[in-house]
Amino acid sequence: MLKLSKSYVITVAFLLFSFSALFAQHTNEGEHAQASESHAAASHEEAFSAGDFVIDHVSDSYDWHITSWGETHVSIPLPIILYSKHPELHDGKAFHVFMSSKFHHGHDAYKGFKISQSEDFKGKIVELDANGHEIGKPIDVSITKAIAGVLASVVILFWLLFSMARSAKRNKGRAPRGVQNLLEPIILFIRDEVAKPAIGEHKYEKFMPFLLSLFFFILINNFMGLIPIVPFGANVTGNISVTMVLALFTFFVTTINGNKHYWKEIYNPDVPWWLKFPIPLMPIVELSGVITKPFVLMVRLFANMMAGHLIVMVFISLIFVFGSLFGPAVGLGASPVSIVFSVFILLLDVLVSFIQAYVFTLLSALYFGMATSDHH
Amino acid sequence: MGLVMPNPGTIIWMIIIFAIVLFILKKFAWKPILNALKEREESIAHALNSAEEAKKEVAGLKADNEKIIAEARREKDAILKEAKELKDKIVAEAKEKAAQEAQKTIDEARQQIDAEKTAAINTIKKQVAELSVMIAEKVIRKELAEKGEQEKMVDGLIDDIKLN
Repeated sequence: MLKLSKSYVITVAFLLFSFSALFAQHTNEGEHAQASESHAAASHEEAFSAGDFVIDHVSDSYDWHITSWGETHVSIPLPIILYSKHPELHDGKAFHVFMSSKFHHGHDAYKGFKISQSEDFKGKIVELDANGHEIGKPIDVSITKAIAGVLASVVILFWLLFSMARSAKRNKGRAPRGVQNLLEPIILFIRDEVAKPAIGEHKYEKFMPFLLSLFFFILINNFMGLIPIVPFGANVTGNISVTMVLALFTFFVTTINGNKHYWKEIYNPDVPWWLKFPIPLMPIVELSGVITKPFVLMVRLFANMMAGHLIVMVFISLIFVFGSLFGPAVGLGASPVSIVFSVFILLLDVLVSFIQAYVFTLLSALYFGMATSDHH
Repeated sequence: MGLVMPNPGTIIWMIIIFAIVLFILKKFAWKPILNALKEREESIAHALNSAEEAKKEVAGLKADNEKIIAEARREKDAILKEAKELKDKIVAEAKEKAAQEAQKTIDEARQQIDAEKTAAINTIKKQVAELSVMIAEKVIRKELAEKGEQEKMVDGLIDDIKLN
């Protein structure tokens, strides 16, 4: 009991610390905004744009922004990998690999590429023709912030699970120890409460590695997204491309493992004949179900994680909104309220991280169960 | 970048990364972990089973023990009973034999007494006869000292014979 409360205190302290780091980071942002404001003050009054601020922070980007101080931007450059269909515009080469620092935080063009500021391609890399006009996007497989975040999470995931595997091998047939104690209840939970009831006592083993990998991958990435210090804090599971790939994996595993009964239920379900002929109404419904299931998985995880990050960001940006509307004193006065709400939302996000990882895994397991069941 | 538009580059990288993660974790993490879990569960189940069996065995032994004790008690009782019977029989036999022996001794003594008595009587008879003859001789000698007397007697004897 004592140990539990101790770990609880540590968790809370850690979150507070993380949050204060986040806060510090964005204070700097704010100052930057104000600084640029004073620079641009001559032409027109530029208010703090909460929308851009929030969206910038939950969006993917080509470099990993840490802080800005005045006009100095501190960020980790990430590799840009491009394949252009117009090599003549880029020194005659089609394939380009360079670091994002060459763009100088989106201000400069490099080798005929530029991070677009226009409506159509905002934030994407575009190709420029000889006159400096945007002519379209090259094939872009850059390591963006989300991918870098995934890689960081994968390193942690590997470290955790390999150390567990090592101690599992060493402690064969004995009581679990160390990291085993941390992860084993979760693994057992996935096995006994998710996989076994959803898939069935005899077939669940085949899907265990996938379900466990899925669960821990999502969980780690959810958590990493909540910690706002590099190399964490990338909004990985709140990125629709990432959740789409996870959902696609579930979809493919379901489809590959679908048995005769599963496909029969889709193409020839047990319904009155007039629902299948002459218009195959039910098969269409069933088939759309096959597609909507992973789609829903994708959207649910994305929306939940994105919403969590958005709300935290909105509460923080409130400080600067007040600051820019009524002066710094009011902004400072609003900050405790904002901080309390942000902490609350962050704590809620910890819960949501668990729930979303669990839900994604449970639903995947249910789909696998449907695909492999022998009868109703 | 649009928030809800999937980005092909990110998707490609995610597919590659997640596939590799799946493969590596499956091979190097989940296999040993799940195996160890299963093994431990099996060994625990096995231990519990064998404990249960041992318990049953002990209970069986206890029942056996009780059976053996009851058997021993019964046997003891039987042996005691037999011994008692044997004792009674031996005592009875001994008594009977003693009585017989005593009877025999008595009989023998009686016979001996009878024999001694007969012998004594015979001896007495003989002595009486001798004494009688002596007496008779003395009487006769005294009686027959005179001649008249002798004749009288002979006459008397002859008379007796005639009468017969």
